[in-house]
Order: sequence, then C-alpha cells, then structure tokens
Amino acid sequence: MKITDEMIDYIGVLARMKITGEEREASKAELSKIIDYMDVLNELDTDGIEAMSHAFPVKNVFREDVIKPSVDREEIILNAANKKDGCFKVPKAVE
Amino acid sequence: MDFETVMGLEVHVELSTKTKIFCSCTTEFGGDPNTHVCEICSGMPGVLPVLNEQVVEFAIRTGVATNCEITRYNKFDRKNYFYPDLPKAYQTSQLYLPICQNGHIDIEVNGVKKSIRIKEIHMEEDAGKLIHDPWDDCTLVDYNRCGVPLLEIVSEPDFSSGEEVIAYLTKLKAILQYIDVSDCKMEQGSLRADVNLSVRPVGSTELGTRTEMKNINSFKAIARAIEGERARQIEVIQEGKKVIQETRRWDDNKGASYAMRSKENAHDYRYFPEPDLVPIEISEEWIERVKNSLPELPEAKKARYIAEFGLPEYDVDIITSSKDLVKIFERACAVCENAKEVSNWIMGEVLRMASETNTLPEDITFDAANLGKLILLVKGGVVNRNTAKEVFEKMFTDNVEPEQNINEHNLKMVNDDSVVLEVVKKVIDENPNSITQWKDGNDKVEKFLMGQCMKLLKGKANPAIVTKVLLEELQKI
Amino acid sequence: MDLCQMTALELGKKIQAKEISVAEATKAALDTIEQRDSEYNCYITVCKEEALKRAEEVQKGIDEGKLTSPLAGVPAAVKDNLCVKGMNTSCASKMLDGFKPIYTSKAVQNLMDAGMVLLGKTNMDEFAMGSTSETSKFGAVKNPWDSNRVPGGSSGGSAAAVSAEEAFYTLGSDTGGSIRQPASYCGITGLKPTYGTVSRYGLIAYASSLDQIGPLGKNVEDVAEVYKAIAGHDPKDSTSVKQAAPQFTLKDNVKGLRIGIPLDFIGEGTEPDVKAKIYEAAKILEGMGATIEEFHMSELKYAIPAYYIIACAEASSNLSRYDGIKYGYCADKYDDLTDLYFQSRTQGFGTEVKRRIMIGAFVLSSGYYDAYYKKALQVKALMKKAYDNAFAKYDVLLTPTAPTTAPEIGKSLSDPLKMYLSDICTVSVNLAGLPGLVVPCGFDSQGLPIGLQLIGNAFAEETLLNTGYAFQCNTSFHKQRPNFKTGKEA
Ligand SMILES: [Mg+2]
Ligand SMILES: [Zn+2]
Repeated sequence: MKITDEMIDYIGVLARMKITGEEREASKAELSKIIDYMDVLNELDTDGIEAMSHAFPVKNVFREDVIKPSVDREEIILNAANKKDGCFKVPKAVE
Repeated sequence: MDFETVMGLEVHVELSTKTKIFCSCTTEFGGDPNTHVCEICSGMPGVLPVLNEQVVEFAIRTGVATNCEITRYNKFDRKNYFYPDLPKAYQTSQLYLPICQNGHIDIEVNGVKKSIRIKEIHMEEDAGKLIHDPWDDCTLVDYNRCGVPLLEIVSEPDFSSGEEVIAYLTKLKAILQYIDVSDCKMEQGSLRADVNLSVRPVGSTELGTRTEMKNINSFKAIARAIEGERARQIEVIQEGKKVIQETRRWDDNKGASYAMRSKENAHDYRYFPEPDLVPIEISEEWIERVKNSLPELPEAKKARYIAEFGLPEYDVDIITSSKDLVKIFERACAVCENAKEVSNWIMGEVLRMASETNTLPEDITFDAANLGKLILLVKGGVVNRNTAKEVFEKMFTDNVEPEQNINEHNLKMVNDDSVVLEVVKKVIDENPNSITQWKDGNDKVEKFLMGQCMKLLKGKANPAIVTKVLLEELQKI
Repeated sequence: MDLCQMTALELGKKIQAKEISVAEATKAALDTIEQRDSEYNCYITVCKEEALKRAEEVQKGIDEGKLTSPLAGVPAAVKDNLCVKGMNTSCASKMLDGFKPIYTSKAVQNLMDAGMVLLGKTNMDEFAMGSTSETSKFGAVKNPWDSNRVPGGSSGGSAAAVSAEEAFYTLGSDTGGSIRQPASYCGITGLKPTYGTVSRYGLIAYASSLDQIGPLGKNVEDVAEVYKAIAGHDPKDSTSVKQAAPQFTLKDNVKGLRIGIPLDFIGEGTEPDVKAKIYEAAKILEGMGATIEEFHMSELKYAIPAYYIIACAEASSNLSRYDGIKYGYCADKYDDLTDLYFQSRTQGFGTEVKRRIMIGAFVLSSGYYDAYYKKALQVKALMKKAYDNAFAKYDVLLTPTAPTTAPEIGKSLSDPLKMYLSDICTVSVNLAGLPGLVVPCGFDSQGLPIGLQLIGNAFAEETLLNTGYAFQCNTSFHKQRPNFKTGKEA
C-alpha cells in the first residue's frame, strides 16, 4: 500500500507527531514497504480463528475494594515540567 | 412542516465504591488537588491496572435491575485520545464486549407507558478535572477523579420528548440509588447525561443528523437543553441548511448550545483489547447471587404501597422515586404503623421543609424513627397537630427527639377540662362585644373566641375539648 | 583471578564465606566500569555513591544473618526501562532523560530483597525498540567481542555489561528477542521467562502482551538463580500467573530428552557458521542422551508481520502518555495545548520510536483494525497452536537465536524492514508467551559468539534451564572471554 501525504498527516494527527522535511519522504517510503510486507498475512485464511489477546487463559483477576494511602502530592508532580498549586499546568484547554 | 424529535441518552454514573477502578486510591469527593492520586491513576511509566471486583459486582447489579442480559465473557478495551485530563492518553473502557446488553426501563409520561431500550452498559474509568486559572490564563490539572469507576448506560434512540427523558432519568436514578451502586449526586457529577438529538419531519422514518450535547448537570438544564437544541435544529432545516453532526455544549446560563472545538480531533479512537487486563468470566452463580441480593425496586415497591396501604398513586410515585424518601417512609412506618399518616407527613411537612431549606432527599439528616414517634404523639393526644408541626421543624433542622423536645418546652397538649374551663370563662368575660354579637346570632364569633382561647392556652390545648367547653359555656349565657 | 571474572554465584559464595566483602566486590565492579565503559558504553547511569553505601548495608544484612541468598552482595545492573525509585530511568530516550520514578519495579525490588547491590542502569535501544542498541539517546553500545560491532538489542547494554565484566549479572527485557539476541551476540547466557512469570510492574511498557523481564549472566547457574529471585506471582500485575516461586536444583542430565529442530528457523538468510554451530550443539546434546528430530513449522513466516503489528499497536498506545505534561521532555516553545503535544513528542522521540508509533497508529486506525490488528491476533493464535503441537512431541526446541552473528555498527538502521526480518528466530516465542534460553554454542570464523536458542513449553523453565546447564557442563563456550579493549588502557 502506498502511504500518501494525507495518510502521513492523518497518522501524525492521531499520534500527535509532525513528520516533516527529509524525514517525511523517507517515512512514507519505509512505511509503505513495511505495510506491504505486513500484507503477507492476507494470504492466510484466518476465518473462524479466535483473535488471541492473551497467550494463556488467565481470567478474573480482581482486587478487593480496600483503600490504601495515596502517594504524596509532591511525588506525583515531581517530574512535571510545569506545575502550579499542586497541579500540572498546561496551556489553556479549550473545550 | 411538523417535526418530531428523536433522542438517545448516554448516562455516566460514578459508582460508590470505596476505591478507584484500577488502584487503591480513595474515591472520596473533594480533597486538595492531586491528593487522591498514586502512580497508577496518574499514569506513571511502568504501572499496571488491577480491577476492583466491586465494580464488576455493581455493574452486574445495575444490569439485572435494568433487565439487561449479563455478558458472561467480557473484556476491557483501550480508547485512545489525547487530553490533559486523561494521563495515560487512553481511557480503559469496554467496546467489543460490554458487561450488560439489551435491557430496558419502563417509564410513564402523562399516563402513557413506554419502554426505553438500553443498548448496553459498560464499565470505564473517569477522567481528571481541568481547572481554568484566570491569573495565568492556563489550565491546571487535578487527577483526583481520575480512575473513579463509571458505568456508561447507553439507551437506544427511543425518546421523543424532554418529559420522557426526565422520566427515564428519574427512574434510572431511583434504581441506581435503591441498589446502592451510586449516590447519583448530579451536582458532584456522579450522574451525567449526554443527549443525542435529531429531528425529522413527522411521518419520516429516516433519522435526521444528530448532535450530541455533553455533561448537562441537572434535570432542569436537560429539559431546557433539549428544547433549545430541538428549536435550533428545526430552524437550521427550515432555513434550508443542514444539521452538522457534532458535539455541542449546552450553556444553561445563556440558554444556548455551541459547538465544541474539534480541531485536531479525528474521533478515531483506535480501540483495541486492553493487554494489561485479563478477561472477566461471570458465572451463572454470580448472576444468581446478585439477583437474589437485590432489594425491592421502585416499580415493585410502588405497586406494593398502593396495594398494601391504599396510598394515592401520586404520593407513592413521589416517595418511591427517591430511595431516601423510601427510607424515611419505611422507618417511620415501622414505628407508628400508620402508612397513610406517614405519607401525609412526607408529602406535606418533609417536602416543604426540604424545599424551604434547599435540602435534597439524600441530605436529609433527621432520624425518621422520630417522625413515627411524633405521629404517635399526635395520635395519642400528647400534642396537637399544629404544635407537632413546630416540633417537626426542629426535628428536621436539629434532629431533636420529639418527646424530649415537647417536655423541655412544655408543649404537651392541655387535656385538663378545668384548665380549659378557666380560660374559656376568662375569654367570655373579656369580650363582651363578641358575646353580644353571638347573642344576635352571629356564629362566626365562635371562631374568634376559639382563637382567643387557644392563644391563652399557647396552642397546646386539644381543640376538640376547647370547642366543646366553649359551646357549653356560651349556651349557659 | 580478577574478581570481576567470577560468576555471580562464585562471588556470592565467597561473600557468604566472608572471603570477599561486599564493598570489595562493589569497588571491583565500579573499577571495571571505570576502565571499560568509556569503550563499550554499557551504562546510561552508574550510581557509584549509592552502590558503595548499599554495599555497607548489604554487608550488615549478611553479617547479621538476614541476607542469606546466594546472590546477596553481588553487584548487578538493570536495563534502563526498569523503574527504580529516585534513580534516573530514561529508556535511553530524550523523552525520559532525567525522569526519576517514584516507585521501584517489582523485579528489581525482588533482587533488592535478595541483597543486590545495584550499580546502575544499562543502555538499550530507545524504549526497547531495536535489535542493535544503536538508537539510544546516549550513544550506541559496543560489543565487547568487537568494538566495531553492535551488542544486539534492545538489552544490548545489559548483555555487553555481563560480557565486559562490568556487572555480575543484569536484568533485561524481551519483547521480541531483546534478551536472547544480545545474549547470543555477546556470548553470554540469557533467559526470557514465560509470559506472566515475572511481574511487569515497573517495567516501562513497550508492548504489554509481549514484554517480559529476564536475567542475563555468565552461565546458566547464575541465570537460573536470578530467575528464581525475580519470578513469582505479583498481585499488582493482572497478567502475572498465580504460581509458587520456582524452586529447583539444576541437573546435568538430558537423557531421553526429546529435542525438536524446527527447520523454518534456519532459512536462507542463516549464515553457514551459525547453522553449523547449531547442528554441532544438537549433536553434543544427542551425544549426552537426548533425541533430536527435525520438523516443520510453516506458520513461522507469519510471525514477524504479526509481531510487528501487535507490538507497534500496543506501543503506539503505551507511548501516548509521553506528552510533556506529567513527566519527561517538554518542548520549550509551543503555541497552545495541541502544539505542546506535537512539539514535545516530535522532538522527544527518536526516528525508530516514531516509526513504530506511526505503524501502530495506522494498524489500529479506522478501517484497518480488522485487516491488520485483528488478523495479527489470529496469527498469534495459530502460532500458539503450532507450538502446542510441537510440544506434544518434543520437550525442548532447538534453534539459532539469530540468523547471523553481531553486525557492524551503522549497518542495520538504514533498512528497518531488513532489521525487523532478522528477528525471525525470536519473535514467535513472544507471540506464544513461551520461555526461551540462549547459551553460547561456538564462534564464527571471525571469532564472534553464536548463541543457541532453546525454547520450552509454557512454564517449563526448569526443563529449559536443565538442558542449558547440561550443555554447559559438557562444553566450555560460555567460559570464553573477549579480549577487552579498555577505554583507559587502550
Ligand atoms: Mg464512555
Ligand atoms: Zn491511584
């Protein structure tokens, strides 16, 4: 499949990354090649085969509804580049 | 051209578990920003979720109470999108195999019964809170609500009026409160409704283009938002334009909705099965156990109250619409065994006080057993009705014990005929004009004299006795 | 003998016997790092002060009889995608440079409880995405056998550190071969345990359904001991399997062991030297009493596309949390919130990481999910079935770890697809969640190590380790050491 400029832009929006300049043409070519390679799966008839998310049948793993202390707020925001009043600070989020 | 409205609802309910859905932080409302947060709910690198079993239990309970089929084998999926209130940049939710499917809730509007189909109910996590900081013109992010468990209850587009929507929400709220899965406090955001609305010419079977209005936070606002959006869409169509499929926010102060900016938002959530959580297999026994543990639901309770106590349908409707009113009703009844009287008190004094003090049923604090006692005290002639109402006001505001309050303030009804006789004689002596009028055949004066007697008796006398003694004395003149 | 040449267990024994102090061992390891790491670049962070302080603590524990593990006091290092509270954990990415976790990963904590002295964090491919350890923000790791060559990846720093004697053992993570392939390239022993055996709590996720933490060491005995220390059920990892912590003693016995060689693992691209050494290894095991049989596993050709679809899809989601807000790199300049995301992520991630995020976003995007992601999960089921069939007949499968020995630095990244294809021997094991052990089995004509991959049935680590142990009892490939080029001595 040929990866077009529109597709690169669309994927870029989904992934919040800008692919520009030299990187862009190279990316298009690489992605086309890789996706083409992945298309080898199409030759395989997988009708009726259950999609397997987990290799082993582990199920019903639960936690009891018991409160444990939260983490000190200073630690929660420790690694943030921008913070204010115990909160993460971001540019105005418009709804 | 006449238009009809077609609506569907997505209701988000915060569950009243003690801890969050995937970590052990408290779900308690409030608290300083980011103080109910750990490495898991703040999405630190390397953390993993572990599901709170109570969330599954609550979801099954809700499904059973809304006539759903419980999905025996279900999974979580990731819904991927970027927003600062979502620290992992994906919401763990259920798309492919939601826990409940194909249910319904029956409503009644203006005597017409209707069944609203529930498409599905799924479990998911709540997002954090964004606070606008006007000083820096920036947004501050608080993750306290992040990871609080939610049920999203999705209806089919079965609504055709705002009244139906309100009836459904009222019913749904009552059910959720009855089965103890949520406190449904709309003002704290624990019950939020998104309305999908489209209009079409009457008779048309095709659905119009719908818009979605998000997070409207009161019943009244929902009713207004529906009216407003319906009118807007009709206007758009009548102007020959097209309704655009979009998410709109209802501004209840301005009474208008506006489109939410969807720049850079492809609405392509790239759902896929959550690899960090394992499937949930719900056994028949589990479902049975939940079924057997459910309390009597509003519908059944309503029917029983009417049949058992002969109460008016209107009264029963109001009482059973709130779990808290039901609690008051049942506890008071248990004490006084007089359902009719309790119902009258609730419909009268309880709701009046609640409205005067701006108190929601769930925030009423008085001990309902005391209401039962008060009713017994009236019945036993210890206080008269008017005094009882005053005592009740104190009960409502300060949760006083009625008998103690009556004794302390000396409010007992005067049943002693000699005391009444003395007062009656005094009133007759002091109101010669009135007596002259009475002699002239003016019966109305009796009321005035009666009032004077009660005044001197400080309202505590048994009115029947006062009337009797007064008439006897007047006859003697 | 230089102290650093000892195996972890040899050192542990001497520490328990008070012949060597923990501080002495720690200083020796730090000295070796000091001498050699400027050449090999195995470490991103070396915690000298902390390690020396920790050595005293551990010594005290040993002296008081509280720390009795054979690993107590042994200096080690962990891959830089394992969270250690307060210690820089970067995933070799500009995105997480300077990030200080607020908690410690379960696997590392288990080793701490056994008395590990943590020397630091090892270099790797950025976010564990790569097969060469060249994509690190902190520069490429070099193979101690030949500094012009890569050590493999993505746990290249962990493998090279053991090989260069800069740590007695290390932890790595393996999503598609990231422990096994570098172990093979560096001539050491590495184990990728069964999925769900070692808690992933605190492992910075690449692909959640495939990632597994495992040990790298000088021989099977060391690796088995570390494995025993890190394995076990963890209630904080829902995919962690409920089973008792492993307890076994290694046995030098493969009599009657049924070994299968899946021929599809040895394709056209396999170098003759690699092929020859793998068959020689099979002969050695046969000579020790195992039976060897060749068979076909035609599904293997679909393993690489399925693996890259699943891994990239999960990665695109797992790496979405790096947005410049909560931790990690935040762009200096941006116009608004959306631009903050774009700038931080575009500048913070390297080329290969971006490529995989893009592939992942694509295969999950509207209209493509069924054709790629769902299909890949179906192939995963097929792969699992193929292995189930194989393990009905064989106890252990024997394959090469990679078609070649370590490539030269700078030769792989220009053609990503070719690099992906070189993972042919390892990725299917992750898809099926199985354990894989790599032990050295010889050298190619240029003197580069070749690793033998042994694949076991789910939870059959004991069988796998016994096989590797028996092999090492009868061979000496694992005892060979590179001729070190030391940054300072050279
Ligand atoms: Mg939702
Ligand atoms: Zn938490």
